[in-house]
Amino acid sequence: MIKKTLELTGQYILLMKRVFTRPEKWRIFWKQCLVEMEKLGLTSVPLIGIISIAIGAVLVIQTAFNIENPFIPKMYVGYMVRESLILEFSCTMVALILAGKVGSNISSDIGTMRLTEQIDAMEMMGINSANYLVLPKVVSVCLFNPILMLFSFMVGILGGWLIVAATGMITLSQYSTGLRFAFNGYYILYAVIKMIVFSFIIVTISALYGYSPKENSMEVGRASTRSIVTICLLILISDLMLTQLMLN
Amino acid sequence: MIYAEHINKSFGDQLVLSDVTVGFEEGKTNLIIGASGSGKTVLLKAVAGLHKIDSGKILYDKTDFTALADKQQKEIHKQMGMLFQGAALFDFATARENVRFPLDFFTDWSLAEKNDRVDFCLERVHLGDIGNKYPSELSGGMQKRVGIARAIVMNPRYLFCDEPNSGLDPQTAIVIDQLISELTHEYNMTTIINTHDMNSVMAIGEKLVFLYQGKKEWEGSRDDILHADNKPLNDFVFASEMARLLKNPIS
Repeated sequence: MIKKTLELTGQYILLMKRVFTRPEKWRIFWKQCLVEMEKLGLTSVPLIGIISIAIGAVLVIQTAFNIENPFIPKMYVGYMVRESLILEFSCTMVALILAGKVGSNISSDIGTMRLTEQIDAMEMMGINSANYLVLPKVVSVCLFNPILMLFSFMVGILGGWLIVAATGMITLSQYSTGLRFAFNGYYILYAVIKMIVFSFIIVTISALYGYSPKENSMEVGRASTRSIVTICLLILISDLMLTQLMLN
Repeated sequence: MIYAEHINKSFGDQLVLSDVTVGFEEGKTNLIIGASGSGKTVLLKAVAGLHKIDSGKILYDKTDFTALADKQQKEIHKQMGMLFQGAALFDFATARENVRFPLDFFTDWSLAEKNDRVDFCLERVHLGDIGNKYPSELSGGMQKRVGIARAIVMNPRYLFCDEPNSGLDPQTAIVIDQLISELTHEYNMTTIINTHDMNSVMAIGEKLVFLYQGKKEWEGSRDDILHADNKPLNDFVFASEMARLLKNPIS
């Protein structure tokens, strides 16, 4: 177990050394960034939108149910929904969801290219395949995911608003007062930084597993599964560390 | 001239190449032959720089490739073209984009100039009209020909072909063999082909290297191969019923 972890860490460092080099041609690099942003970022918008609107609505119902106390003002429902979304759901939970979608996509794409010798073909041409395939993904995902996180936050708030309007469990005025109550802008920065770190983990770890040598298509699937498990663990560990560092 | 000197390569505990020393001649089709598992692909990929060797030297015109830094190895890689066993075309690109791929990276040509070169290479492999198709829309033979076009687009000095005939019908295999042989002589390339197809050996093999259980067992020309006094080689060459009949015709 320890030997395997050390081996993986070594492979990760060597891969990152190859990824973070100057691109052969900047024009190709930026073009790839746009392609990846569309493939890995824009296509995630509907999924994140649906999940966030549902979670926003559920948070309102659960919070309203749990603070049914005449001594606690109803506006706290809005406040708690906002804090839950920005501090944890819109960054950590969304990152975990993206680990499944984006991480498996990257790992299986690169794994298939490895299996079918497409990566060898690039290396034979004298192209640094890690730099060409992974760096644009790192840049585009690290840039786009914080936007996706802010989108999730806003859609989550909207989901809460919709359920408040539909059920009348609290008034819209109480909900919006809660949303604006004791707002701390630093939390947005904290969430953005967390999301950038998580995005980096998602792309680089899935690329690492994609690059591992493969003998057959079953191993592509296995590597994809292993990458998601590792990403989820690392996201949770880094979440703990970042929270301790930035909020304590 | 490519010269591999005392090459050793193992994967884990398994020794795949053992003290292999062989020269590949310039402007000729050099064939590495042998049964499955004899180490042909590993030798080809080691010479091409895709596998790191455990010990030994690989010399490209007296330059020790194995001792070069990554950047210098990359420069030699730009002089190489390779046709992979499954063609290894990029799934995300059309046939035309596949062939243009190295040009996009390593030339400052205009798009029109690059397209002219791509058209020329596709015409050269008799595939003028499939440029806009994706690899999944092409037959195995067509994929191999696009692979050849991509391998020659940068005018390489060295061409590597890993089992170019695998998965092809005999007629298409002959077309691919002839194409590789023609291109080798047309551009004076040093071509190394790894195959176990005796038709290829007799049709285009100018220099032959026979590997047996990870060791170089024999080398020579196709004229020598039928009369060689080497049991593993004879077992390999005369493995098919037709070859046995040719050697010992029924009276």
